[in-house]
Amino acid sequence: MNELAYIPALPLLGFLVLALGGRRMSQKAVAITGAGSVCAAALLTMVLCGQFFGSGAVGAAAGHASPASVHYDLQLGQWFHAGALSISFGLRVDSLSLVFMFIITFVGALIHLYSTAFMRGDRDYARFFACMNLFVCAMLILVMADNLVLLYLGWEGVGLCSYLLIGFWYDSPANCLAANKAFIITRIGDTALLIGLFLLFKELATLDIAAILRQSPGHFRLGSPVITLIALLFLAGGMGKSAQLPLQTWLPDAMAGPSPVSALIHAATMVTAGVYLIARMHVLFQLSPLAMTVTAITGALTLLVAACSAMVQTDIKRILAYSTISQIGYMFLALGVGAYGAAIFHFFTHAFFKALLFLAAGAVIESLHHEHNIFRMGGLKDKLPVVYWTFLAGAASLAALPLVSAGFYSKEQILWYAWRAANGGTALWLAALAGAVITAFYSTRLLLVVFWGEAKTSVSSRPGRLITIPLIILAFLSLTAGFVEWPHNLLPVHLFSGFLQSVLPAPATRSGGETIGQLLAVMATLAGIGVGYQLYHRQPEIGIITRWQQRPLAAAIRNFLFGGWGFDRLYDTLFVRPLVSITRLNRADIFDQLYVAVVRAARTGHRLLSASQNGSLRWYAVGVLMGILFILTLLL
Amino acid sequence: MILVWIIGLLLCGGILCWLTDTWKAGYAKWIALASVVADGLIISALLVHFVTGTGPQAVSPYPAPQVTTPSAEPHAASPHAATPWLIDYRNTWIPSFGISLRLSMDGLSLILLSLTIFLGLLAVLSSWKEISERTGFFYFNLLWTLAGIAGVFLATDLFLFYFFWEVMLVPMYLLILIWGDSNRRYAAYKFFLFTQAGGLLMLLAILALYFIHGRQSGTYTFDYFAILQSTLSPTAARWIMLGFLAAFAVKLPVVPLHNWLPDAHSEAPTAGSIVLAGLLLKTGAYGIIRFVLPFFPQASTAIAPWAMLAGVISIVYGALLAFAQTDLKRLIAYTSVSHMGFVLLGIFAMQETAMQGVVIQLIAHGISTGALFAIAGMIKERLHTRELARMGGLQTSMPAMGNLAMVFAMASLGLPLFGNFIAEFLILLGAFPQYATLVVIASTALVFSALYCLRMMMRVFFGPAAPPTITPPTASAQQDIDSREWIILGLLCVGIVLLGLYPQPVMDLAKETIQQLTLNFRI
Repeated sequence: MNELAYIPALPLLGFLVLALGGRRMSQKAVAITGAGSVCAAALLTMVLCGQFFGSGAVGAAAGHASPASVHYDLQLGQWFHAGALSISFGLRVDSLSLVFMFIITFVGALIHLYSTAFMRGDRDYARFFACMNLFVCAMLILVMADNLVLLYLGWEGVGLCSYLLIGFWYDSPANCLAANKAFIITRIGDTALLIGLFLLFKELATLDIAAILRQSPGHFRLGSPVITLIALLFLAGGMGKSAQLPLQTWLPDAMAGPSPVSALIHAATMVTAGVYLIARMHVLFQLSPLAMTVTAITGALTLLVAACSAMVQTDIKRILAYSTISQIGYMFLALGVGAYGAAIFHFFTHAFFKALLFLAAGAVIESLHHEHNIFRMGGLKDKLPVVYWTFLAGAASLAALPLVSAGFYSKEQILWYAWRAANGGTALWLAALAGAVITAFYSTRLLLVVFWGEAKTSVSSRPGRLITIPLIILAFLSLTAGFVEWPHNLLPVHLFSGFLQSVLPAPATRSGGETIGQLLAVMATLAGIGVGYQLYHRQPEIGIITRWQQRPLAAAIRNFLFGGWGFDRLYDTLFVRPLVSITRLNRADIFDQLYVAVVRAARTGHRLLSASQNGSLRWYAVGVLMGILFILTLLL
Repeated sequence: MILVWIIGLLLCGGILCWLTDTWKAGYAKWIALASVVADGLIISALLVHFVTGTGPQAVSPYPAPQVTTPSAEPHAASPHAATPWLIDYRNTWIPSFGISLRLSMDGLSLILLSLTIFLGLLAVLSSWKEISERTGFFYFNLLWTLAGIAGVFLATDLFLFYFFWEVMLVPMYLLILIWGDSNRRYAAYKFFLFTQAGGLLMLLAILALYFIHGRQSGTYTFDYFAILQSTLSPTAARWIMLGFLAAFAVKLPVVPLHNWLPDAHSEAPTAGSIVLAGLLLKTGAYGIIRFVLPFFPQASTAIAPWAMLAGVISIVYGALLAFAQTDLKRLIAYTSVSHMGFVLLGIFAMQETAMQGVVIQLIAHGISTGALFAIAGMIKERLHTRELARMGGLQTSMPAMGNLAMVFAMASLGLPLFGNFIAEFLILLGAFPQYATLVVIASTALVFSALYCLRMMMRVFFGPAAPPTITPPTASAQQDIDSREWIILGLLCVGIVLLGLYPQPVMDLAKETIQQLTLNFRI
């Protein structure tokens, strides 16, 4: 399986070519190199998928569990070894990695194609594609690594690329600050992950993922403090990258980058890294019920908090950013109740519709002279029909429109597991259900305000074919990707979970309530859509929102949600400002005063002593007399 | 003999630079370059031999009776362990006092020697245009400092070691004093006083060892291997160790003995900053590894937790101060304090993995910080300022420099792919089992280093350009790096990436030395 190495190597090569020679290449050459490398990687990944199905995974896919997990290994050489530690450049691909690789390269390739048109004319065209290629490469390394140090390399590489791309238009300090914020907040999570690695190495003396998964159940007692600590540290790492409470604040600001970057960060790379990490290390989490519960609660809280914020945002990309946080919250909830397959399934469908929504949003923003405020859009239904219909597909999938959208199938599964899985419960289920209502509501709001109603800004340009084709492909997948996995009681099609079965176990469930659960989920979605339609399409007639805006309490709540629940302000007062003021106070280095004091003492002594050496004979005579007197007194 | 050549070439080259300058200006830099390159060739040959050979035990191509085993094998506990020494040279110097001209090289010395010549070469190159006055004397001082550093890494006679310790100090003092920036006198005096105070304590400690050993064995000698054999009472060991440690802690530097560093680094000319940060600080770490741990195993075990605590304090304190600085070179200087704290942490973990990390850190820090200082120097040549407030938006006019600076900033904040990550990872991983709390505190530096590095990048290269009233946008101030600067930064860039992706040769070279060393502590 030598082709395995080419998949991350191709984008890496693209990066190297563009980084070293990009400034001397024409835009066309840059576009071919940048998008071509990722497209080639996507093709290779599909070939690999084909081989994977051919080589025995088919049996598992058809529902017959094969006990030994199918996987490909490739050792590229030793990285370093010291003492008991030995780290190699080793790749390991199993069905879980393959799902991620497929999304990263396939959605990544579409985003790259879109970018070739979207970024045309930018001063730093080559730098953009260099960073994008590196981003894809780092994410591929992350999901293909066979040991945790290599995974960490990809993990940090992803952080670096997000930093470079969020701050891509570096002229504006706001963009730089957003980039710094993304890097630093995710680094807090990374540090936790690194400490988790140290602890794991201390316990197991290996950082090889397969070995860790094999040895952990025998080594750790179920629920022992050590394994809980390790799992929580890994969770903290995941929280940083996946923008979960309380480390979620960087993601809404991260939309400072160009729209394709947001699509890449939110759909294919970066924020899903935490989901991958937990799914990959699920054996560790399985050993610690506490860590599982914390994961589930984190997910449930995050999905509610972010969904509420998404309801009141006015910036189209901020709405989508909060919706990402919320959807990843669903994935964490699923991970926390042990429904790893459901989390990955939601990742799979989410990648299509979120990439679609961001790319479509980018097209809208571009057509409207960089207008971000949805209330200054409107009426785009007829002017940008392709964007409208594709956006409709994406929004339907985000809202989980029953049966016809991919989002329905994945979200319904999470809802069901949140309720009926052994770790699940009514509270988690209710949170997820409430989240579903809100999600449907804000999706409807977004769609209606942007595309229906009257036009408020004139359309300056229409997207070209390189922009619309990726949109159409993604829209098709946003509707149909869910058909690979159906609820038990509707159709016995379980291609997706069958595919993952060899890596991720299915959770134990309490039976019953499937139909009720589905009906409630459907009603939740429809209720959200109905409220959204009432409030935003019929708003001029009923005027509820206008009346709300005049009430101080409602306005205060709206501002609170709008500001992301005050997390930014909280961190500002708790951490940022104290740090800045302490360091500023001590800029001159307090220890320097110590040495200044020594110097001053020496100077003073010098002055005092040299005063005695003044050349006056009388002084000396007095001195001699005093000395004699002193000695005589001593003697007597 | 080859070792004498390495040092002698630099010393003679320095004198030649000074002499030729009196009758023909402009030759000095070529002579300096030639002597450094010649040294570089010798060391490359040595490196190729010992890295590709069958390991340190390979038969040396430089036959001498003492080659393989120095007379006194220090570790009786492990008779089968191979000696880490690769080359040994010995000649008499002042026999009546037991002073000899003894130079020995093991893997660690070879690694640090390579770093010395590598950074020395870049220091010469980066002074190419910067220094226009008294160039001959400048290169004399530069080469003599390098010779002193090389001598420190090779000397295995304590008196000779002290001699080289001073040889590296005085020329560096002159470099700062004569070619420094506006506040150079203050910085130079401060540097001299701090280092000399530490050096004096070390001299006392060396003399104490000399007399104790002489009284015990009857032969008065400064020989490293002989003194290794002497046994010290715990009290004597503690005090003598503190003497050594004082000198090395000032050099390293350890908070609160670090105050000479920001001044010296920021005022020194570019070459001076590169040599200071890249090499001079390493002599402190080398001294601890070479002398303190083998001479005083018990005493250093006793002090280890405190030393590691000091390391952690340096890590965090240096990072916090770096974050607050408004002067680019001072900022980089404080990052050194933080990074060298990792070295102290790793050394006193007394554990093989951590010690391997220390060796990598010495090189990685030399390269990454050296590069940042080189960039700061290039910016100063263009904008005539070190103030962050007067920079901004340089990425637009100097994209290549901005991208390279990004590489070194990322290396400095410990991104995998670069040598610094390997170093910090190994140090923290190695120290973790015994000192979990300290390691967790030290790990916070990963966040702090991101804070200061990103702040630096934002202030210098991103954001809007400084208003023309503050920094006039002249043509020379907008120029991207030229080919000479490309060579300097490109070499450093290749070095740091190689170290991050393929650190094993370095680790293998240092392995024997480290294993011998940690053997003492595995009791």
